[in-house]
Amino acid sequence: MKFLENIVHKMEPKFTKGGKLEKWNPIFESFTTLAFTPAHVTSKGSHIRDGVDLKRTMMTVIIALLPALLFGIYNTGHWEMVAASGDRSLDFWSNGGDKMIAGLIVVLPLIVVSYGVGLTIEFIFGMKNGHSLHEGFLVSGLLIPMIMPADVPLWMVGVATAFGVIIGKEVFGGTGMNILNVALLSRAFLFFAYPTSMSGDKVWMAGVENTNVDGFTGSTALGDLASFMTEKPVFNNLTEFANSYSLSDSFFGYIPGSIGETSVLAILIGAGILIMTGIGSLRIMISFFAGGLLMGWLMNVVGGNDYIMLPPLYHLVLGGFAFGAVFMATDPVTASQTATGKIIYGLVGGMLAILIRVLNPAYPEGVMLAILFMNVMAPIIDHYVVQANVKRRLKRLKTT
Amino acid sequence: MSKTIKLRKGLDIRLVGVANKVKTDAATPKTISIKPLDFHGMTPRMLVKEGESVKIGSAVFHDKYKESIKFASPVNGKVDAIVRGDKRRILEVVITTDENQEASSPGAVDTNSLSGDDVKAKMLAAGLWPFMRQRPLDVIADPKNEPKAIFVSAFDSAPLAADLDYVLHGKSAEFQAGLDALAKLTSGKVHLTLNGKLPADATFKEAKGVELNTIYGKHPAGNVGTQIHHIDPINKGEFVWTVNAQDVANIGSYFLTGVYSAKKTIAVTGSEIKDPAYVEVVQGTNVASILEGRITSDNVRVISGNVLTGDKIAQDGHLGFYSSQITVIPEGNQLKFVVTKGWMGPGFDKFSNSRLFPTYLTPKKRFRLDTNTNGEERAFVMTGEMEKVFPFDILPMQLAKAAITDDIDGMENLGIYEVVPEDFALCEYVCTTKIDIQDKIRQGLDLIAEECM
Repeated sequence: MKFLENIVHKMEPKFTKGGKLEKWNPIFESFTTLAFTPAHVTSKGSHIRDGVDLKRTMMTVIIALLPALLFGIYNTGHWEMVAASGDRSLDFWSNGGDKMIAGLIVVLPLIVVSYGVGLTIEFIFGMKNGHSLHEGFLVSGLLIPMIMPADVPLWMVGVATAFGVIIGKEVFGGTGMNILNVALLSRAFLFFAYPTSMSGDKVWMAGVENTNVDGFTGSTALGDLASFMTEKPVFNNLTEFANSYSLSDSFFGYIPGSIGETSVLAILIGAGILIMTGIGSLRIMISFFAGGLLMGWLMNVVGGNDYIMLPPLYHLVLGGFAFGAVFMATDPVTASQTATGKIIYGLVGGMLAILIRVLNPAYPEGVMLAILFMNVMAPIIDHYVVQANVKRRLKRLKTT
Repeated sequence: MSKTIKLRKGLDIRLVGVANKVKTDAATPKTISIKPLDFHGMTPRMLVKEGESVKIGSAVFHDKYKESIKFASPVNGKVDAIVRGDKRRILEVVITTDENQEASSPGAVDTNSLSGDDVKAKMLAAGLWPFMRQRPLDVIADPKNEPKAIFVSAFDSAPLAADLDYVLHGKSAEFQAGLDALAKLTSGKVHLTLNGKLPADATFKEAKGVELNTIYGKHPAGNVGTQIHHIDPINKGEFVWTVNAQDVANIGSYFLTGVYSAKKTIAVTGSEIKDPAYVEVVQGTNVASILEGRITSDNVRVISGNVLTGDKIAQDGHLGFYSSQITVIPEGNQLKFVVTKGWMGPGFDKFSNSRLFPTYLTPKKRFRLDTNTNGEERAFVMTGEMEKVFPFDILPMQLAKAAITDDIDGMENLGIYEVVPEDFALCEYVCTTKIDIQDKIRQGLDLIAEECM
């Protein structure tokens, strides 16, 4: 790699202060630091530093996302075929290659648009503020397509990404300064700005709008469940629902939904990677799941319509609950920062997600809103945890 | 009542180059130096001029604002140079040594017959006071303050640190005399804290007139700050004094013989040192003769002290006042290609407290770490990292942020009086941001010193 190193050294003077291309230094730096860990040495304090850096951290999150992404691509291909044929009982694992390719054709452009728009904005802000690319968006850029419905128009993804990155992050100062999760904010933006493209039963399968099969709807489990709250439910009772969407199908992800969210198994593999490497907070994940179970059970106790009576375990495997718990709620910047705070944050987040789901017919899925709400609440939770610590110290002063 | 403390948090950084238990007596160095920068916040006023000769124990300079605190020459010799930096700030007083290093002995001083004030006056006059350090702020103790306790740690848990059991073996008389003197200085207790993991040397185990505590755990268990926090934490308005164990023996030696003593045994360690071992040296010694022929590669950093808190010195520089080891590690000023040694590499040579590198599967392996920061400086993104290595009931990240933002109320509430930069060394090591947290804490303490003390 000596020759690459030489190229870097040769180009460097042009980009450093006083050089011809000084303005472009942030971009130059972003690419060189991608290829080489810079020769920065410690100057103050500790002479050695941990091997960890933000690049490796973010890369590990991307690796953790891969199982869900690959499954999501396949699943997208599968449901596109289902939509074309109108046969929901199509065997999931047959014609694998075709499904993968069909899925890629849908998902790849989404990823390209998300990264393209987001990175361009990041570079512009980097040049304006004189810093190289901060790694946060490398993960957000992949998360955004994974929480979109398959049929979402590309331009919408671009607009949403731009909104998320600029309003969600850069106005606050960039990576590490944002209050709301960038990916979720992008999705929330679309959800409220273009509700017809983000909910209902026309968006979850690629090409479902053009299908010629009579009576076929591209509905999802949560949409069907939410109809229990209306005059004309899709299913008469929960048994019928369970025949259509079995617990195991939902766990393995053989159901329609946002691209990356359907397979709880793939998400749990990712969770395993995050927990094993210590990047994702185990506290948040467990308490988020616990909160969901608790609220599901509470709802069962209270009773009401059939949706409220849905067994709590179902809640965890349907929709974006698992994806939200593992990849969204654990975002270290927007979650609570204290150990105790993380538990409260996860628990309340999980409970809210289910509460919104079962009580509000306008929002079939509550995970996105619950996490965004908890993002806003996280500093308050932390404040009280910190105050408890401060009080302990003051109490010690009084007793001595 | 003596306490037993068990820590769950902490991190032992396993470096190559542990000193073998072999001790040599270094020849009298050509030069020694006293560096005012070793004493944070102290402004020196010179008492000797360049070219004047000094004797063992004679004052070289004193604190401009607390004139009773004198800094003694550890050798007979001549002031060779007063090295000044910006704004004529004195960086270093270099003294060339005479061949004759004999000191006239006025005889022993019996501490039992002395009052606390007498001991204090003797120590101040003899130039022993700089050994006394004070918390909060991590500065030389102010003789006017009344400490609620004095703490001595009987072991050093820092990476490659000198084994104090080995170093002070057979010096129980001096050590005990030092403890006796310290006991006079406080109305509270003198705490001596032993390492629970290993049997302590008789010097420590049989010490009298002190509170013997035991602490179990990884680094920073040996840091006196950790011990204070768990034994008798500092509240606002209180002072605790701390002394290094070897310096206790030096204080004791003075009371036994009447001669200023500044001998210490240091560990010469690090991956770039051939045959790491112990050397007995005098305070502020020039390290050139010690390192000669022992450094195994060209591009190295010589550190006076340990890798976490020490100071970078030149290869012919001088040992710091409080250092009890020299560490030599490779400089990391090369580019590291992404997939071989960089951020995407397998990372078999990286030591990390996170589990992002496969090396966490080899809990015994020792590492040759260089001074590369392994990444660029970033904003705080990850949370919960510092908490894993910070065994205090203090929120490290929140306190660091309060220090960075000059939030005085925040710092006071979050416990700035209990910590010194050294306590944050591991936090700084593990933090993904690569921010110099020790420096930020120091700035915070400076602000507190200015505004609140």
